[in-house]
Amino acid sequence: MKAGIVVFPGINRERDMAIALELSTGVKPRMVWHKETDLSGLDLVVIPGGFSFGDYLRCGAMAARSPVMAAIHDHAARGGYILGVCNGFQILTEAGLLPGALLRNAGLRFLSMDANLRVERADTVFTRQYQKGQVFRSVMAHGDGNFFADTATLDRLDGEGLVAFRYADDNLNGSARAIAGVFSPNLRILGMMPHPEDMVDPLMGCTDGKPLFDALAAA
Amino acid sequence: MERDVNQALAREFGLNAEEYQRVLTIMGRTPSFTEFGVFSVMWSEHCSYKSSRVWLKQLPTKAPWVIHGPGENAGVVAIGDGLAAIFKMESHNHPSFIEPYQGAATGVGGILRDVFTMGARPIANLNALRFGNPNNPRTRRIVDGVVRGIGGYGNCVGVPTVGGEINFHPAYDGNPLVNAMTVGIAPVDRIFLSAAAGLGNPVVYVGSKTGRDGIHGATMASAEFDANSEEKRPTVQVGDPFTEKLLIEACLELMATDAIVAIQDMGAAGLTSSSVEMAGKGGVGIELNLDNVPAREIGMTAYEFMLSESQERMLMVLRPDREDVARAIFDKWDLDFAIIGHITDTGRITVRHQGEIKADIPLAPLNDQAPLYTRPTLETSKKEALNPARIEDRVGLTGALRTLIACPDLCSRAWVWDQYDSTVGGQTVKRPGAADAAVVKLEGLKRALALTTDCTPRYCLADPEAGGMQAVAEAWRNLTAVGARPLAITDNMNFGNPEKPEIMGQFAAAIRGMAAACEALDFPVVSGNVSLYNETEGRGILPTPAIGGLGVLEDAAQAVGISLAPWLDIVVVGATKGWLGQSLWLREIGGREDGAPPPVDLTVERANGDFVRSRILSGEIRACHDVADGGILVAIAEMAMESGTGARLSAHPRDIPGHAFWFGEDQGRYIVAVPDHASFIRAAEAAGIPTMKLGTSGGGDLTLPDGGTISVESLRADHQRFFKAWMDGDAAENRS
Repeated sequence: MKAGIVVFPGINRERDMAIALELSTGVKPRMVWHKETDLSGLDLVVIPGGFSFGDYLRCGAMAARSPVMAAIHDHAARGGYILGVCNGFQILTEAGLLPGALLRNAGLRFLSMDANLRVERADTVFTRQYQKGQVFRSVMAHGDGNFFADTATLDRLDGEGLVAFRYADDNLNGSARAIAGVFSPNLRILGMMPHPEDMVDPLMGCTDGKPLFDALAAA
Repeated sequence: MERDVNQALAREFGLNAEEYQRVLTIMGRTPSFTEFGVFSVMWSEHCSYKSSRVWLKQLPTKAPWVIHGPGENAGVVAIGDGLAAIFKMESHNHPSFIEPYQGAATGVGGILRDVFTMGARPIANLNALRFGNPNNPRTRRIVDGVVRGIGGYGNCVGVPTVGGEINFHPAYDGNPLVNAMTVGIAPVDRIFLSAAAGLGNPVVYVGSKTGRDGIHGATMASAEFDANSEEKRPTVQVGDPFTEKLLIEACLELMATDAIVAIQDMGAAGLTSSSVEMAGKGGVGIELNLDNVPAREIGMTAYEFMLSESQERMLMVLRPDREDVARAIFDKWDLDFAIIGHITDTGRITVRHQGEIKADIPLAPLNDQAPLYTRPTLETSKKEALNPARIEDRVGLTGALRTLIACPDLCSRAWVWDQYDSTVGGQTVKRPGAADAAVVKLEGLKRALALTTDCTPRYCLADPEAGGMQAVAEAWRNLTAVGARPLAITDNMNFGNPEKPEIMGQFAAAIRGMAAACEALDFPVVSGNVSLYNETEGRGILPTPAIGGLGVLEDAAQAVGISLAPWLDIVVVGATKGWLGQSLWLREIGGREDGAPPPVDLTVERANGDFVRSRILSGEIRACHDVADGGILVAIAEMAMESGTGARLSAHPRDIPGHAFWFGEDQGRYIVAVPDHASFIRAAEAAGIPTMKLGTSGGGDLTLPDGGTISVESLRADHQRFFKAWMDGDAAENRS
């Protein structure tokens, strides 16, 4: 699995993501600047968290129109794997690669704390080292993580099994149907708000996020 | 708009008659409006430290591991593995009162620049905050804005906010304190300094464009407030954390090359202080052409360019053959890059604008003849030590514990921390609340830093010398309590009006106490900041020498937190006499702020701490919490609430009243949880360290020696109530 991490100006969790990917794959991921246009050779494209372009317009809206996005759309069309976390998830929804939108947290405050996530399906390349229904610990750190979609879309996500994770305890950001992460219809694109990459070293509390990267490494 | 320079303008700009005369003498003529602007900000209290310098010299600043002490943008200490920690704490008090969100946000931005300007990647932010009485309606708005501002800036730049402290007291009603600290890491041989050099070398401006914001911010920060202080809002700067993030990455990228001769951020007094200080330190001259400064607004005057405190700007002196390398990096990051001048050998700062020379000032006298005052001091009169036997307890242990852990000064700060990204970077081993100090690992290494901020202002008011000593000792203790070896501190001296002898007396005494503690604990001051004139309508704050402490752990895995695991013996290290003077029990339960604060015996402090640290590193101590506000029982309750595990506590010694034993605030003590108290106490005895077994952990209840039982769950509920109810209560009602 050759992985690349896309860095937009203002992204700030690219180092965390690189550490997690290298830990599982044994290889340093390629760092891709947002003005690059060639992603050939990459199996997995990761868009990490942060505040791309300061999130001064809508979160992810500017990044979704960056030069690198055409190559990311091509990568998706080829059936390539894409993981978007936090701002990366927001960017994927703004780019139309995943459904829905991430609104301001219900309490209108930034939320930085552990979040327990329930695995909704374990037969995907991202989640196959978890069990269906398993609850794992992750870190959330976002101001705009309130997943929103119209009822028809939510019904479709549920009906087609495209919900990846739900908040298992409190749904503090107010996400529709407690959705914390969603898949594309071909199950090759995953967007999620909490950060599995910050839970891969027992010193930081636990390694609950590591199976996600181990699974990708084995793909 | 240029104005006539005269005595009246001097007064308006915060210079007294004598200082104005000195300007005339140096210049040999009446200075231009721009020149006078430069003098007035450089000679403001904020920039010149004119009231504090004589005292600051008393602080110990040296140790074998200190690479750069005070005088640079931040302090630098060697931490092993060829790395240096670069850190400093700085106040943004005045702006945070006028405009809480931007004041706090730009406070974070400013201190970050002080650290990365030296070549360090920032790895942690902390803060020390003081607010007024929670019942004052204004306090709630200020807390909300400050917390949002710290989070808004820190979260966006991607530096984890890992620790801090918050106190409330009516003395801060008109003057909240916002002290922000940044810690960064750089290789010891890649540290960048600010002394300009090299005749003809280009002076380069990078970062955001210059606007009219923050003009005379440094002067505003050097005066008391009156009832119309909100009119000063235009002197507050506006922060842009996105640009700061780009600036960090671009500067670090450039610093990996050999292009930079000298670099400094544009902080207080903006282009003026950065250019004057860089040229002054290098003993050279500097010529600036303001026509080349990137401007955000049209029609700006030389005076406005020189005094603007627009944020996210840096000034650099480059090697002339590396201009292109540097320009390419800043182009990549879409940041302004402009050559605005060059280094000269004139020893003067010369400022050109639109074909005219707007300022031409000799640098040596501007720096060397800056005012320096040994202001009159009046010592705080000593308060009597209270006899605990004469202080009646009408509440009992259970009631007092419940009240204390729920009060604003001791309740859970989770509501605040939960708004700060404490995990970005993936290296946060101990997050806020998990341990006495935050622990942040160094990427790719076993080594970790321990970080804390501390001060007990009510002790400082009662006895500034004892309080200053206690603040340093508590920082040392908090680092020790996670197993770290304390290395150095940064200090943020927040006081009232230095022209009042009683305030200057507080300052001098606090320095005396701090110096003694630094000396005894091998814990030098390597950077710091002074904030005076924290007064509104003549009312000063509590003297608040906030201490930011830094320590190192060879192996992050050895760090311990406060979380109490079951089936361990609970032991207090250090002697307990039951000191109730200035304790939180006395204030919250007894209803008075009274008596002498607890004294610190520095020899005992060191012995107790060295013993505890050795037992943490040997793996014997499983959890450790220093005994601070609220005494032993509050410390144990905090340990229980962190884990959810309760404890059964045994009776206290008969010669000390129960409330004094359990809530007294004697210094130099730690609560430790160990598997076997007998062997631990034997080792302590051998080392001459007093200890006492207090109980055993287990179950879900805290059983007190008087028979009272409280479930840890209900304690937590009480502990977490205040902030949520106070800050989100009304909003919650509106939504329902």
